[in-house]
Amino acid sequence: MKQGTYYKRITADAKGINFDFKEIWQHRDLIFLLVKRGFISRYKQTILGPAWAIIQPLMTTIVFTFIFGNVARLADCGAVPTFLFYMCGNVAWHFFSGCLSGTANTFIANRGLMGKVYFPRLCVPIANVLSHLISFGIQSAMFLTFLVIYLFIPGYEIGINAYALMAPVLVIQMGILGMGFGIMISAATTKYRDLQFLVGFGVSLWMYATPVAYSMNLFKSSAILHIIARANPMTPVIEMMRYGFLGKEAGSIDWLSYGWSWLFTLIILACGVMFYNKAERTFMDTV
Amino acid sequence: MAEEILKIEHISKVYRLGMIGGTTLRDELQRRRAKRRGLEDPTSKIGSNIAGNIGDEFLALDDVSFTVFEGERVGIIGHNGAGKSTLLKLISRITAPSTGTIEMNGRIASMLEVGTGFHPELSGRENIYMNGAILGMTKAEIDRKIEDIIDFSECRQFIDTPVKRYSSGMYVKLAFSVAAHLDAEIMIMDEVLAVGDMAFQRKCIGKMSQISKAEGRTILYVSHNMNTIRQLCTRCVVLDHGHLVFDGDVEEAISIYLGINGGEQETYYDLMNADRPSEFHGTRLRMTEFTFLNKESAQFTPEEKLRFRIGFDAMEDLEGLKLYYTVKSIDGFTVGLTQTISSFCDARKGEHYECEFEYDASNLAPGVYYFIPDIFSDDGTGRHLSYDHPLCNITFEMIDNDNTKMRWQTSNYGHIRLNEIEII
Repeated sequence: MKQGTYYKRITADAKGINFDFKEIWQHRDLIFLLVKRGFISRYKQTILGPAWAIIQPLMTTIVFTFIFGNVARLADCGAVPTFLFYMCGNVAWHFFSGCLSGTANTFIANRGLMGKVYFPRLCVPIANVLSHLISFGIQSAMFLTFLVIYLFIPGYEIGINAYALMAPVLVIQMGILGMGFGIMISAATTKYRDLQFLVGFGVSLWMYATPVAYSMNLFKSSAILHIIARANPMTPVIEMMRYGFLGKEAGSIDWLSYGWSWLFTLIILACGVMFYNKAERTFMDTV
Repeated sequence: MAEEILKIEHISKVYRLGMIGGTTLRDELQRRRAKRRGLEDPTSKIGSNIAGNIGDEFLALDDVSFTVFEGERVGIIGHNGAGKSTLLKLISRITAPSTGTIEMNGRIASMLEVGTGFHPELSGRENIYMNGAILGMTKAEIDRKIEDIIDFSECRQFIDTPVKRYSSGMYVKLAFSVAAHLDAEIMIMDEVLAVGDMAFQRKCIGKMSQISKAEGRTILYVSHNMNTIRQLCTRCVVLDHGHLVFDGDVEEAISIYLGINGGEQETYYDLMNADRPSEFHGTRLRMTEFTFLNKESAQFTPEEKLRFRIGFDAMEDLEGLKLYYTVKSIDGFTVGLTQTISSFCDARKGEHYECEFEYDASNLAPGVYYFIPDIFSDDGTGRHLSYDHPLCNITFEMIDNDNTKMRWQTSNYGHIRLNEIEII
């Protein structure tokens, strides 16, 4: 057969990593429309609309500030305002967990659509991450507003520095890590529904393993706890985020653990795409 | 010869019985353990080990191969469960084959179910973009075609209204319009035309033929409606229980699908226990049997007449009984009505009657037909009262071995041979 522009060959045996970037690029309009559709349908028939994107992390931050900050005294961050300390961690974590849990049920939530028509299946999780990115953008604006307000309040010390410019890199990393885990789980849930239950509380457990509700300074005395905390790929991300925006009292930079975090992220992405590709070929038969 | 555009080679699709649907990790572990010990799979459905489903596997498609050339309109027909939808799913890449390869030289637009991806909250216009993108169009392409799509859909008035307020007909029209305006080289349709009014169905068929002829687009079409198959397709593939049983001429394929090519036709029908359309039918008079006389099989040449006998019981005294029936072609098309002009019997209560009839069917074109006999009486003013109408299709076949006449093509010529043209 003559092999034209759109030549395609479908075989029975699955290949390993089959990341057809060209095909996804051809469907970029679809990704854009999926983001738009998700955004419109999410806030349709709500009174506050996109304001909900702000309310949730704001409330969580207030509760964290009160419970973990003032009552339990877990925020060891010197002259940095506790409220900003928690908001920074919460906004970042909220983005990551949104990417993860949002993509974790891709196949099951979209079986109606995917069972009827072919399009690159990765478009859906990518669109999901992008729509969380929009919410994250709104929340970041809120965070920066509070940051500026606190700059003018005497008695607080905010050491914003050049590492704040790392923020886009950190955001990309969180998106990749969240999506990598999410699609891996979504590939597995086509056969084993058990994992659906794991995702919900697994993500909240993971949050407590990450310095979101507390500060890494608490582990200073124990080297073992420090190493364990550093093994969590999300730890250096949150820490670097806080270091950049709030100063060395609030966060820390450890290039070794940050390197490990990126390595872990890329491995998860590769495995995720591989499992996802394998699952997408026949998931309609089992889901 | 046109270019090959779609080549299907030795495709099979295996489904595992008892496992389709969700499974838990525990089930899987149990299954593995049972397998290791050589025990029966504890999670399989009871009875799934009977012959034909060996090893809990079911072959939805078994070694199917065929090639489609550019610009062809191929109909895929077969009974429910023959594997038609599975085949389309494999071609449109929704699921992967178990063995074999599929090669295609072009984009595929599948319309397995129209309106896929329509979001109720979005307006018609937004949904056109959404649906177009799902089907593989870019925004620029849709921009160029949106006016045509809206015009074709006949929904311009409501185009900025959320589709949740649309009627189901409008929904389908809009969805079909998007799909019909795709730039795909291969279009796949699975009974999309089953919905929508007649006028729109005709418009769709016209549009499909037009894009196929004018732009050389290839179409794969699955339907149970033989009329649309006849109108649209240039070639037909017949599937049966996962096997490809025929590939070629449309008329031949349809007669194979209808299971009657050279097959014997029944000559005896038990009408006593057949269903009746109402409680009234069959209470004052009940037909008991129907027999074609002097025939092994109900196949007739134009020279032969249909001779048959109807047996019936009368529960009341009924006078002036007449018989009528509507002859239909096997695909459900009504050919015409015939009746006895005068009464054939005056029935007495409690008696059994056997009456014989003769009908000249020489003007019916070759093919398979059926009718339902109806015994009635009328009052001479055109009104009639039907006494019995057993819901049983009496089937017969008209055959023609006369090669001096034109070979009959039902899709073009119809079901009736009109009176011959005389030379004066």
